Amino acid sequence: MTAPLPGAFPALELLIVLPLAASLLAILLGGRLAPRIVLLLGPAMLVVTAVLAFQIQTQGPVRVEIGGWEAPLGIALIGDGLAGVFLVLTAIVMTAVGVFAQKPFGSEGAETTESYTFWPLYFAMWAALNAVFCGGDLFNLYVALELLTLTAVAMVAYGSTRAALRYLLFALAGSLAYLMGIVLLYSATGTLDIELLARQDTIEATRMVSGALMTAGLLAKTALFPLHGWLPPAHGSAPAPASALLSSLVIKASFVIIVRIWFDVMPDVAGTVFVQLLSILGAGAVLYGSLLALRQTRLKMIIAYSTVAQLGYLFFIFPLAGGAAAETPWAAGAWSGGMFHALAHGLAKAAMFLAAGLVIEALGHDRIDDIKGIARALPLTMFAFGLAAVSLMGLPPSGGFLAKYLMLTAALADGQIGLALVMLAGGLLAAAYLFRPVNRALAGDYVPEVAVVTYWRQLIPLGLALLSVALGIISEPPYDLLQVGRSKVAVEGIDD
Amino acid sequence: MSGAGLDSATLFALTGAILIGIGVYGFIVHAHLLRRILAFNVIGSGIFLMFGALGFRGAGNGTDPVPQALIITGIVVALSLTALAVALLVKLAEEEGGATLPEEQPGRGEAE
Repeated sequence: MTAPLPGAFPALELLIVLPLAASLLAILLGGRLAPRIVLLLGPAMLVVTAVLAFQIQTQGPVRVEIGGWEAPLGIALIGDGLAGVFLVLTAIVMTAVGVFAQKPFGSEGAETTESYTFWPLYFAMWAALNAVFCGGDLFNLYVALELLTLTAVAMVAYGSTRAALRYLLFALAGSLAYLMGIVLLYSATGTLDIELLARQDTIEATRMVSGALMTAGLLAKTALFPLHGWLPPAHGSAPAPASALLSSLVIKASFVIIVRIWFDVMPDVAGTVFVQLLSILGAGAVLYGSLLALRQTRLKMIIAYSTVAQLGYLFFIFPLAGGAAAETPWAAGAWSGGMFHALAHGLAKAAMFLAAGLVIEALGHDRIDDIKGIARALPLTMFAFGLAAVSLMGLPPSGGFLAKYLMLTAALADGQIGLALVMLAGGLLAAAYLFRPVNRALAGDYVPEVAVVTYWRQLIPLGLALLSVALGIISEPPYDLLQVGRSKVAVEGIDD
Repeated sequence: MSGAGLDSATLFALTGAILIGIGVYGFIVHAHLLRRILAFNVIGSGIFLMFGALGFRGAGNGTDPVPQALIITGIVVALSLTALAVALLVKLAEEEGGATLPEEQPGRGEAE
């Protein structure tokens, strides 16, 4: 702590204000200049999140009461380790996708519908994501989540109106359930601030019902099996940059709120039945999503079903958290493993969708049967796809490996053999469904004729895939950050 | 509430609950998307009505202002989502000449 500056720097506020301002600016500037904003904002956001991570690491969790109004009346922003890692992930993926989208959503001299409409949505999505990750008030989280849904649905509509409407209907039902949960919780406790709620002792039944309603709503938005029906058509038909954002970041937002509810707000009311239900749904997602991914004929649909499958792992943290705290050398191994999985999946999935987008640009389609030899035409792109696949399968030394290793040791030490088997089966199935496109891409011995794809744009998915692998090698800084302000429940487990 | 008959706050809350029930019924049984969007709004109104009624602190104590502030925000959110839904619906009707979503075959997804 040499300078007083990093301590006083309003990093959390800027993370929401800057993209929101950029969103408005994008409308004012119009479609010719709007695409260029991200070239300034991206680096700025990376710097601000780095400062925030430094603040969290050195001074512990940050809490900002907006406008000086204290909870329960005011709205708080919380910057703990959990918020910190997801904010950094958002800044990295958003910047990468923003640079990538200069081509499909850019303008060459003249304004197009795409170049005018995409960027306000993109920046508003960034603001909404940041507001969800550091939100400390359940109603404020609701508003941020709705803004996120609005932008996400609109982005899906570029690809398919039908998929967008299907997504919106699920999201509407989910947001009503979440809102109902908030109403019940507020009328029983008189506050919606996460920290104040955690200290309150109200009737268990009220908290159980409101927690269940909120969770049900959020599960619809996270697309956990069996509420996943909207995800594959939406993520599979959206333009590649939008798919990357939806799969790697948007679904994580509602997941983070579920984690906040059950690990911070009301861990004591969860109970065995609820925890087991979530883990069964998670196991169903891993198996069902993987099997359907095997049947797909289009590259982007494989990646979309893979998202359904990979989401299942995230919900294993509920039964596994704390179970094996005594036997494993890492505190909160399963919880941290789950969060690492979210990070590694976010990076790898963004890389995959962008790589698939380049394949579509080169060939004009993404039918697996007809991509023969594409790896020779776009070697960097397919290398990025392969690296991302390594992380998704959980092969060492990738970030995906570290995540699955942490969760698997927790499951074995806790005697949850069933979950351990599902995790191993999920890894094998991922290898199978990701091997198919890679195999086709390498097949043959000629170089297919393709449209020109510039070199620097192929480097973007490669960079993301490398980061996803590097997460397993340089794992200590994110791991340490994640532990700051971690809920005690992550160590002790929800169940007891 | 305990046996002393209905006061007005309870009456409003129960009305809200009934609206939610009607809305959920409509959301489930109607395939036409405009009716589903309307059902979403009926449920939303029910929730807001209930929220407002639950903020009543008893005669002479006035009402809790926080739920009212949250309701107004909630209405704005519901309005913008409804606008987006209707806009998408109009586009769907123009593209496909219908306003329902057929069941999708699991596993195949949208054709391109």
